[in-house]
Amino acid sequence: MEADARQETIVAPVEGTAKEPSRVWTDFTNALGSENPVLRLILGMCPTLAVSTSVQNALGMGVAVIFVLVGSNAMVSALRRVIPDQVRIPVYIVIIASFVTVVDLGIAALSPDLYDALGIFIPLIVVNCIILARAEAFAGKNPVGRSIADGLGMGIGFTWALVLLGGIREILGSGTVLGFPVFDKVMIPLLGMHYVPMIAFVLPAGAFLVLGFMVAYFNYRTLGPKKVETTHAH
Amino acid sequence: MAAELTLILISTVLVNNFVLSKMLGLCPFIGVTKNVENSMGMGMAVIFVIFLASISGWVVNTFVLVPFNITFLRTVVFILLIAALVQLVETVMRKSFPALYKALGIYLPLITTNCVVLGSVILIMKKEYGFFQMITYGIGVPVGFYVALFIISHIREQLAMAKIAKPLQGAPITLITTGLLALAFMGFSGLVRE
Repeated sequence: MEADARQETIVAPVEGTAKEPSRVWTDFTNALGSENPVLRLILGMCPTLAVSTSVQNALGMGVAVIFVLVGSNAMVSALRRVIPDQVRIPVYIVIIASFVTVVDLGIAALSPDLYDALGIFIPLIVVNCIILARAEAFAGKNPVGRSIADGLGMGIGFTWALVLLGGIREILGSGTVLGFPVFDKVMIPLLGMHYVPMIAFVLPAGAFLVLGFMVAYFNYRTLGPKKVETTHAH
Repeated sequence: MAAELTLILISTVLVNNFVLSKMLGLCPFIGVTKNVENSMGMGMAVIFVIFLASISGWVVNTFVLVPFNITFLRTVVFILLIAALVQLVETVMRKSFPALYKALGIYLPLITTNCVVLGSVILIMKKEYGFFQMITYGIGVPVGFYVALFIISHIREQLAMAKIAKPLQGAPITLITTGLLALAFMGFSGLVRE
């Protein structure tokens, strides 16, 4: 919630009018729930599934995506009157690729362990459909403040879905949360036995299964049991 | 040499299948596989583009990025290269091979932002492959992608007739099916040691 508060204070002065902050707020909250990129729009599947083996990796990926998303949304929005319409997609891609290069080199310098864990999925943020989709669908048409709010909301929406998925997989697949052995702490004193991890959950197969059930549950919760329909972005 | 190339081929098609084990290219995998015809079109287009992208990516990397010591620009350079390549293929195909264009044309623009293509170009560079290994890899990866699309699209055509609980329809059931498929493909993991 801290991030929400900060968001408001940064954005409100930029927009200037009394009506704007509430729109900024809706842009932000929509992205967290009803338009969640992962759980509702089924965007950005590859990094979601591949790096969610643990909470730590999921958080690292989430922060990297938030940075790129906010940066590229702000840049695209600021340049939206300068970029010619015919070449906008290549221009967006170059802007996104530049921010990704910054993240790539940044993570390599700051945290080599995380860099190894995320591997090829850092440069692949370029082709994460969430980012280009937001540049095209939102930032190219809206003022800078709202675009930043949208980028932040989408980024945090992506991150919490990723962390939830990573948490479920880490608990079941390794019996830990952020490296802390939760099951062993309870089971050893009570039952005198170790938790046997279900390794399948940290393998690719587990990622597909857990995400499938998460999306189904979210469908059920958002639209109610009667009217359920999954949006397909591609 | 031949043994190594065969291993690369088996590894990329079955063991390290890009969709089922490396989890790349999931957007088209979930998006276009509702019917067999569309997924085969997408699969063929991907084979075509990855093959060309691997070669051009390798050439640019070996003769431009490495000699000038600017490998940190690889992300920007490769994505532009792929976008330009896809545009070029589309134009050439429309003028010279109208029949092929009719079959694959609509899938080409989608491929630019498909992580299978950029992923395989970057992986070839990271593995420091020579020319022949690169060619084999550039064929094996998209063939593996094609195999995955082939299987899932057939399953989904059958699923369309099945009675599925409402919240599970569409993407969720596809993800769960893919999970089971990935579990089955794990059986291949003993074939190649990496």
